[in-house]
Amino acid sequence: MPESPESLESTPAQALKHAIMPQRTRIRLVVNGTPHDLSIEPRRTLLDALREDLGLTGAKPGCNMGQCGACTVLLDDEAVYSCLLLAVECQDRAITTIEGLSPVGGELDAVQQAMVAHDALQCGFCTPGQALALKALLTRNPHPTDEEIDRGMAGNICRCGAYPKIREAARELAHRALA
Amino acid sequence: MPVRVITTHLEFEGQVYEQRVVMEGEEPAVWGADAELRIVGKPTPRVDGRERVTGAAKYSYDIQLPGMLTAVALRSPHPHARIVSVDASEAERAPGVRAVYHRFNTADLALPGRALGIFVEEVIYQGGEVALVVAESREQAEDALRLIAVEFEPLPFVVNPKVALAADAPKVADGYANNNISDEYPKTYERGDVELGLAEADVTIELRVETPTALHNSMETHGGAAHWDGHTLTLWSSTQDVFGARRQVATALGLQQNQVHVIEHYVGGGFGSKFGAHNAGILAAYAAFTLGQPVKYMLDRTEENLAAGNRPPSIQTYRLGAKRDGTLTAIDLKTVANVGAHGDWFSPVALPAKELYQCANVRTLDIPARTNLGSQASFRAPGVVEGMAGLELAMDTLAQALGMDSLELRRKNYAERYQLLDQPYAAKKLLEMYRIGAERIGWETRNAEDRRYPEGRDGRLRRGVGMASQLWGGDGGPPAQAIAKLLPDGSAVILTGTQDIGTGTRTVLAQIAAEELRLPLDRVRVELGETEFGVFSPPSGGSMTLASVGPAVRMAAVEARKELIEIVSQLAEAPIDALEVKDGAILNRETGKEMGTVASFMKMLDGHEITARGMRGPNAEGVTVRTFGTQFAEVEVDVGTGAVRVLRIVAVHDCGRIVNPLTFSSQMEGGIIQGLGLALMEQRIVDERLGAVMNPNLGDYKVPTIRDIPEIDLILMDEPNERANTLGSLGAGEPPIIPTPGAIANAVAHALGRPVTRLPLTPDTVLNMLADEEE
Repeated sequence: MPESPESLESTPAQALKHAIMPQRTRIRLVVNGTPHDLSIEPRRTLLDALREDLGLTGAKPGCNMGQCGACTVLLDDEAVYSCLLLAVECQDRAITTIEGLSPVGGELDAVQQAMVAHDALQCGFCTPGQALALKALLTRNPHPTDEEIDRGMAGNICRCGAYPKIREAARELAHRALA
Repeated sequence: MPVRVITTHLEFEGQVYEQRVVMEGEEPAVWGADAELRIVGKPTPRVDGRERVTGAAKYSYDIQLPGMLTAVALRSPHPHARIVSVDASEAERAPGVRAVYHRFNTADLALPGRALGIFVEEVIYQGGEVALVVAESREQAEDALRLIAVEFEPLPFVVNPKVALAADAPKVADGYANNNISDEYPKTYERGDVELGLAEADVTIELRVETPTALHNSMETHGGAAHWDGHTLTLWSSTQDVFGARRQVATALGLQQNQVHVIEHYVGGGFGSKFGAHNAGILAAYAAFTLGQPVKYMLDRTEENLAAGNRPPSIQTYRLGAKRDGTLTAIDLKTVANVGAHGDWFSPVALPAKELYQCANVRTLDIPARTNLGSQASFRAPGVVEGMAGLELAMDTLAQALGMDSLELRRKNYAERYQLLDQPYAAKKLLEMYRIGAERIGWETRNAEDRRYPEGRDGRLRRGVGMASQLWGGDGGPPAQAIAKLLPDGSAVILTGTQDIGTGTRTVLAQIAAEELRLPLDRVRVELGETEFGVFSPPSGGSMTLASVGPAVRMAAVEARKELIEIVSQLAEAPIDALEVKDGAILNRETGKEMGTVASFMKMLDGHEITARGMRGPNAEGVTVRTFGTQFAEVEVDVGTGAVRVLRIVAVHDCGRIVNPLTFSSQMEGGIIQGLGLALMEQRIVDERLGAVMNPNLGDYKVPTIRDIPEIDLILMDEPNERANTLGSLGAGEPPIIPTPGAIANAVAHALGRPVTRLPLTPDTVLNMLADEEE
């Protein structure tokens, strides 16, 4: 239950009390083609809205400060760090999470297939982010050079070091797009 | 099935332990070099690849239960302080808050095995827990955190290990018996007479090498989700060791082990930092147990870097002596390390010095200093990575002093036997691997003018080639158990308590089971990461998972197949000896006829499942089982900027039989890349005036990205080590990281013609090396 806002001239303690009771706001997020109406605190990140409110846990909280890429999702086909966006900023945009890249139990997207075939993953925690970063790269540039692949994937850390095989998967897809 | 209680010996990270285990039945014969295998040995994409690329894989961080609460911690900003008071009254009244735990209401909670409790009077490092808030949402918990008023009385602190060892140093914690040195240290190992050996030497060198504090930075942080139902405490724990976590949670909460169920189906990396439940798992379990509602508690990235362990920094001082012909007469090593506030174990930095080279006179001294910083935890080949870098830098320095080729010096001092127990190695092909590696990197032409100066002598680029050796265990051992079940549809499931921490354990176990069950791979499922199956497995660490659990899975599959044959023999009235399973069908060798599919016979049993157990047998006695290898690196140094670029790594490793060349090569590459990070960029930075870590995040603590990756040339020996276990396979997790930093550092030393004395080789360090040269 939100309390009434305190005045701006309130004491620091009162200001803090105010700060901790923000109003909830209603928003609509379109995720993997499905609209969702949510009531959230305005400060909630897109990552938390996806995970906590929609139960889409494919995007991972690796650092919550835009330094690792594990939370990467697609916003209108562009790869973004969902931990750096507020959910309220993403209304009426097409949000794609890893869960939306291929149907449950159905055929995997070419990016996912290539990543499995080349073993472009180890523990897998960064993998949904890697897959979507690669998807965005190939959407933007269907046949990237090796240098463009490295640049396009440099924002996604893989601590297990699956990079050589991420490269292999990406190069195969880049060549396939050329063929 | 005959049951025996046997005694066996285990070696884990340099230590030998006696272990008593129960053995039911007999293991199958070893798969020799001539074994005809259909699935084992073939490159095989992961059986759980689909789950991992679709987001379907659920990590502890992803567990969501109805009514689940979220916990966040208030942590000490001080390296050392007394908590005078905690006023949580306002926080407790804040919206959504269910509980606030701290030293004045939760004094007894401790991580079993650790000397000091969790909420204690003295916080002894920046990042130590002060309070835990549990609320309905993370935002509410974070808000409430700010309302807790804590009065700290700052106390004198020490973060520099050399300062910590001084007589008048501030004490790291009041409760420690041994002032600022880990219990039972310092420790000395000596064989022969080092002073005599140095006196006998024609040439002696001294080299001091400093290695950095490395932070694991697993992509999934530590923590877990817990639920208490009145009888069983279930903990989804981000761990490498579900049984260890079970033991700790049971002890901490006063429950029986069988009342605690630990689950870890997927874990986002560990690298040695996730043995047991950790404080985070204990806190989640305690809160759920106390509140009767599910609780999730995951560290954030900053907490992970302050409080979840590290590879401790070392200062290694070597004195080597040799005859004119290169024969080593003495190895002397003193290591001072900084193991942090709780550091109670010291990783075996001295292991390579004791074992790698033939030498009669060896002395090592380990001095692990405790300081007011986050504590060390094992980190992928703990100690041996940094110890190998130090020793191999010292060997190159000695070769230089002798005017000898550094690879020739290593060959000259090759150890044929395991010197610590004076017994043979089960297999050691290191000389052969040196030869292969040298050929692949072009060792002979490493001093060629056009190779060393790609832009000519006036250009800014210098190239160098260096190498280092690899030595590690990886032999595993009992106890490790598995259950194989043939299901009503003729498919199989393997149950075992082990973990797949990203190494591909599920996949290799499925391959082994499918091989022995004579089923296609896609008819075998592997369920792991649960204590509730009651199928014990060791922690996933020490490169011992495959070598421990793999043979148990193999034996279970063999036993299940035998039972199936017996059943078919009675159902179909055919002689047992004539029957075999092939490609999912039963074959009668006498008649040459297929008698039906496995599925058709299982159907006849009307829901009965064939269940068989397998166990890892005892280790071989009288031999030392080791993995060996070597890596060669070629680097390019820009003497204008100090930037080092690794051009190429040639890696030659022998880990026995390779079950899955695809996932094996992934582990090799991953280890090399982490080693490259340690060599060139990774270091925790501490402000000694504040006792504070300056870079506890992934922006300022640099780890390799895809842009840093060199060409990696892998040469795999792939021959079974028949004394190791019934697979002939050894672990591959740790071997690849061990030689990388030493090989890169020696390559940089070669490029610059200067000894490397400090890692990582950041541009700053390289420019300082060059500045020293000018002086």
